[in-house]
Amino acid sequence: MENVIELKQVHKSFPNFQVKDLSFSVKKGFVTGFIGGNGVGKSTTIKMLMNLLQPDAGTISIFGMNYNKHEKEIKQRIGFVYDENVFYEQSTMLDMRSIMKSAYAKWDDELFHYYVKEFELPIKQKIKSFSKGMMMKASLALALSHHAELIIMDEPTSGLDPIFRRELLDILHSFMQDGEKTIFFSTHITTDLDRIADYITFIHNGELMFSKEYYQIEEEYAIIKGATELLDRDTEKEFIAIRRSNHGFEALTSNKAQASHLFGDSVLLEKPSLEDIMYYTKKGAEGGAAINT
Amino acid sequence: MQIIISNSSNEPIYEQIYSQIKRHILTNELKSGQALPSMRQLAKELDISVITTKRAYEELERNGFIYSVVGKGSFVSEQNNEMIKERKMKVVEEQLLSAVQNSKEIGLSLNELLDLLTMLYREEL
Repeated sequence: MENVIELKQVHKSFPNFQVKDLSFSVKKGFVTGFIGGNGVGKSTTIKMLMNLLQPDAGTISIFGMNYNKHEKEIKQRIGFVYDENVFYEQSTMLDMRSIMKSAYAKWDDELFHYYVKEFELPIKQKIKSFSKGMMMKASLALALSHHAELIIMDEPTSGLDPIFRRELLDILHSFMQDGEKTIFFSTHITTDLDRIADYITFIHNGELMFSKEYYQIEEEYAIIKGATELLDRDTEKEFIAIRRSNHGFEALTSNKAQASHLFGDSVLLEKPSLEDIMYYTKKGAEGGAAINT
Repeated sequence: MQIIISNSSNEPIYEQIYSQIKRHILTNELKSGQALPSMRQLAKELDISVITTKRAYEELERNGFIYSVVGKGSFVSEQNNEMIKERKMKVVEEQLLSAVQNSKEIGLSLNELLDLLTMLYREEL
């Protein structure tokens, strides 16, 4: 399969934080969800993908090109959706249209009016008076109206109500229909990903934890629940992190088959949510496998 | 074509799709040659990811239930031996189940039932 985005050993250092040896790719025609807690490098990575920040080392290629030589061509083909208000305070959707029209060669007025109507956006009202949901729709309408092949979104669903979040996923589903488009978006509302993400890229503390097909996660990872007596120095090694209470333990494993073989029917095996995986991975990375409650 | 997805089931979603489409094919509700919705269309309608429907379709194709034509989509295969066998298996299973139920009602033990079945199978009765 063709890669739309390719990162190879990307490093970026800040005084208190760094992105280390980050390598992953994003497949054409699919939706990749980018997850991780706050301050683990998601926004830094997205800014590097948009060439708003440059890596200290490593390479980033988009559509097989790099920003040093082909910045204009790449940007023409990306639709970028921010979580913050990036519009000029006083501008209306009509003003934005003129700005975008002069910036993008493939700007499509017809498509713009289609989305404005579809999203029920007032075109003559100042954008600063829009609600958070309308702002997101406006940002999306503009990104979709220049025939972008790659949509990059930073936390598009945060701060949106559940109904609008679902509408947004419908819009994205429609956008993906021809198989030529690609979406990469960061989020920490992981339930949104259940409905649309084909691939999950998970980073923690500036490092890649994994990047794989969503269903693979379900097949490899499991939450194990059982009696505390089952834990000893050997069995504990099976887990990424363990949460103990007076009433038993709960732990995450990335080797479901082996854990199932080892514990058999003495434990309960459950499908982990992405939240479970994020939580236990963070705890596991913080210090040993044990979490005492 | 009706497909009902449970999000709380332990069965992976692609398997739920796989087994439901398979059932539609085995019960002849989906006839051979009939077109299936595209993977992307089905993903949108079921509100799930494309890779999930892709996986279900690949599995259906691998087991000979459907075939794909590049640029045209996926279609239900001609009935092959495997499918006929599977359909018969299902009927046998149902008939055995009702034999088991009847046996239980009259207190026939598993061994007695097995004896009876063995005799019938070997045509000794």
